[in-house]
Amino acid sequence: MIPPAFEYLRPTTIPEAIALLQQHGDDAKILSGGQSLIPMMKLRIARPAYLVDINRIAGLSYVKEEGGFLKIGGLTRESELEASPLIHSKYPLLVDTTHVIADPQVRNLATVAGNLAHGDPANDHPASMLALGAQVVATGAPGERVIPIEVFFVSLFTTALRQGEILTEIRIPVPPVRSGGAYFKLERKVGDFATAGVATQVSLDDKGAVQRAGIGLTNVGATPIKARKAEDFLRGKKLNTENIGQAAQLAADEAQPSSDLRGPAEYKKGLVKELARRSLSRAAQRAAK
Amino acid sequence: MAKKQLVRVKVNGRDRQAEVEPRLLLIHFIREVLELTGSHIGCDTSHCGACTVLLNGKTVKSCTMFAVQADGGEILTVEGLIKDGQLHPLQEGFKEEHGLQCGFCTPGMLMSSYALLHNNPKPSEEDIRWGISGNLCRCTGYQNIVRAVQFAADKIAQGGAK
Repeated sequence: MIPPAFEYLRPTTIPEAIALLQQHGDDAKILSGGQSLIPMMKLRIARPAYLVDINRIAGLSYVKEEGGFLKIGGLTRESELEASPLIHSKYPLLVDTTHVIADPQVRNLATVAGNLAHGDPANDHPASMLALGAQVVATGAPGERVIPIEVFFVSLFTTALRQGEILTEIRIPVPPVRSGGAYFKLERKVGDFATAGVATQVSLDDKGAVQRAGIGLTNVGATPIKARKAEDFLRGKKLNTENIGQAAQLAADEAQPSSDLRGPAEYKKGLVKELARRSLSRAAQRAAK
Repeated sequence: MAKKQLVRVKVNGRDRQAEVEPRLLLIHFIREVLELTGSHIGCDTSHCGACTVLLNGKTVKSCTMFAVQADGGEILTVEGLIKDGQLHPLQEGFKEEHGLQCGFCTPGMLMSSYALLHNNPKPSEEDIRWGISGNLCRCTGYQNIVRAVQFAADKIAQGGAK
């Protein structure tokens, strides 16, 4: 399949890229990893007249802790996150997530920021970032603005990013001690979108009660879903079997799946409950270590 | 038609260049412009991995990348595995262990396995299965492919080719 013709633009700085995006407006799309965009262009779902390839902009690929945040650069590849010792030492939820995104070749090109900016509820990082309470940095002509992840996903394929803005950084608050997270996803085969997925991140106090719980759901609604009722329910409680079971039920209640080739809506709700139970149990084990 | 762009790459150690339309996919550049037809087009939808090549040492699906994006890069295709008329241990392994039947997936399997062994010279069976998880095979059930990669890992460890 041959994608429609386009003009290819390759800026080397962020201001240059923003100027090109402003100049060409809705006719332009950012080309980052391209692992969602190029398939969509082949299918004529996307027909941008201009592609602004941001891959040659230096200094946007990093994973580091700074000022109380884990910072992931706008061009950091999934495979770089997967290989990062820092991520392996403190962010098991991100290890789980990146490991089940597509396949090795796709992860070598796909970016973490693109996984969010694409606004696809079937992508995996939206749920993990919701669970972690992330923020994204949008850089445009007026400068940077910081957007909390819970208001980033507006509707199907639509995010809070404005025309002429680039997602340049993801910030995740460094978790306190006694924190843990996990991601559980059911997919029909490697590389398929999730039938459903549940990301959880918990922080416990010194008595083992939940101080903060974050729960994000993949591909069970028009946008990625933050399971607020389940999060609120867990606050102050111990992560025992009964409380985990109740929180998992609340998360399933908050899911809004539709029936499709991956299964009926009722099945997917049941799946969310079971994945939430497993994810919270694993997160609790990891937090207790 | 969009303005053509010059693409310069090093492919299997040789400098190559051509003016191409931006929408030309890397796999078409490799097969039709450079006339290296070892890399295959399977699904053309980023699922099967038959088009896998190495770009700057990392595996990519060349059906899901534009040739212009590879400009300035180094590409290794299946044609680049053979050295001085000697099969690479992976190629030998696929032959000895019957790691193929129809052979359509083989170029991609070889390139993913090549990258795997480069990063992880002594992979476990699970590592191998994860390493080739972006490559589909309809013939072998993967068993003999896993054995072929193990064969190559052993051979390289015993001082065969790199």
